[in-house]
Amino acid sequence: MVLDSTNPIIEVKDVSFRYDLRSSTETLSSINFSVQKGEWVAIIGNNGSGKSTLAGILLGLYKPQFGSVTIAGYELNEETKWEIRKRMGIVFQNPDNQFIGSTVEDDVAFGLENLNMPYEQMKMRVYEALHMVDMYDYRHADPTRLSGGQKQRVAIAGLLALQPEILLLDEAFVMLDPKSRKDLLKTLQKLKSRHQLTIISITHDMNEAASSDRIIVLKNGTISSIGTPKEVFSKELDFEAPFTEKLRRILQMKGRNVPNTYMSEEEMVEWLWK
Amino acid sequence: MNKLIIGRYLPGTSLLHILDARAKLIAGFYFIFILFFAEDWPAYILLWSFTFWVMHLSGVHFKTYIRGVRPLIWLILFTVCLQVLFTAGGEIYFEWGPVTISQFGIVSGIYIFFRFVMIIFISTVITLTTKPIDLTEAIHFLLKPLRIFKIPVEEISIMLSIALRFIPNLLDETQKIMDAQKARGTEFGKGSLFQQMKTLVPIFLPLFVSSLNRAEEVANVMEVRGYQPNARRSSFRKLRWKWADTLSLVIMIFLTVGLLIMNTIV
Repeated sequence: MVLDSTNPIIEVKDVSFRYDLRSSTETLSSINFSVQKGEWVAIIGNNGSGKSTLAGILLGLYKPQFGSVTIAGYELNEETKWEIRKRMGIVFQNPDNQFIGSTVEDDVAFGLENLNMPYEQMKMRVYEALHMVDMYDYRHADPTRLSGGQKQRVAIAGLLALQPEILLLDEAFVMLDPKSRKDLLKTLQKLKSRHQLTIISITHDMNEAASSDRIIVLKNGTISSIGTPKEVFSKELDFEAPFTEKLRRILQMKGRNVPNTYMSEEEMVEWLWK
Repeated sequence: MNKLIIGRYLPGTSLLHILDARAKLIAGFYFIFILFFAEDWPAYILLWSFTFWVMHLSGVHFKTYIRGVRPLIWLILFTVCLQVLFTAGGEIYFEWGPVTISQFGIVSGIYIFFRFVMIIFISTVITLTTKPIDLTEAIHFLLKPLRIFKIPVEEISIMLSIALRFIPNLLDETQKIMDAQKARGTEFGKGSLFQQMKTLVPIFLPLFVSSLNRAEEVANVMEVRGYQPNARRSSFRKLRWKWADTLSLVIMIFLTVGLLIMNTIV
């Protein structure tokens, strides 16, 4: 299926979902949004706002009661979900439970084995992916010898080996220290611009959200705002803002003449140097 | 947990480490099979020298093997006792009801003891020198013919390898739960046997709960990464049959011939 470049790669239309059909509270209600190819979209929201449920729906793990999800030109249902999963991968929060293989290279190969890929091609893809995340030297290591950050790298390599169009990160960096978090974000930025990857990251980390193109804010199962980090951070004041925004607000409180909108790190530095 | 040698893998570079897991598995089972054809001491000497040679080849210290036998020693002695007490024949040294200690009984008791120890030694050699994952791959390969009988060989082997993969995680988790319960005042290894068993409940309950949660998460990950049971999968792990593997099976044939000759000597 050839994608029209103007067509969004992900389109979520009017999706509603509840875990318990007897209760009237919906975990997600009437969610509408779309994502363009090559875009980085962050989904933020408090615990219980329905972020991870939304990820489960995009992956076809849960079936919404209403609405439709279209991914890469396929409308998501039982028949198309395997096609979609070839194009979309997810990194979960717990680095241990997504490590299926018994060594690094086995784990990266797991997804390829599922596609019944011939050995030679598999080997090429696995080593390529391991180079991309800088884990090639560890290819024979077993998971007990890796740190959490390294395991998450392997998980990402496992996805990259599949050469997906969409990468889903479900609080993937929560268990990492700030440095590995930063490194991994940089790696992803690089991969995104090089391979036209679409990234959807579900996160609590506002600094991670700030490096996205667009932010979707979920509140009690509905979208409360959607827009660029600039727009969202100046509007949604009850979130723990990223560092630069906090700095801006404090300066504003002290009566300094700061701009009224959110600034990225570079913009802030630029402004401070003036 | 650290005491258990059986089923453990020790990394190394010996000739036995390099051998194909299939060759080791076949040769190991074959050795245990021909063990039962050894009738007299010359045959036992031959088999013992073979066992010692293989143990030496593995490059693992002899003490490690002794430690492997230790947890099973009571089972072995029990079997030996049964054999000694209830086999009649030859010169009888002691008789009391159905219990007889006879010449034949003692001899076959000794043979059984050595047979048992040899089986443990040989299987320990295999597990010490083979990565568990290679072993599962070998089992997978050797079970393949069973597919004709609609036995899900692929699923069994992936189950085995995932089980092996998560053993360290479960051990970690057990340790964490034990620490957590200790912090809450549970004392392990104290009091009567019944009390000791009772202190295990607060370990196993959380462990079961977390294992079930983990299992669900792992299943989700596998599904999302495209795993479909019954679908054709390729394999990244390749077992390679080398000339040394063929040679090891040829040695087994020589051993059989030697055994047959030894059996006819006495």
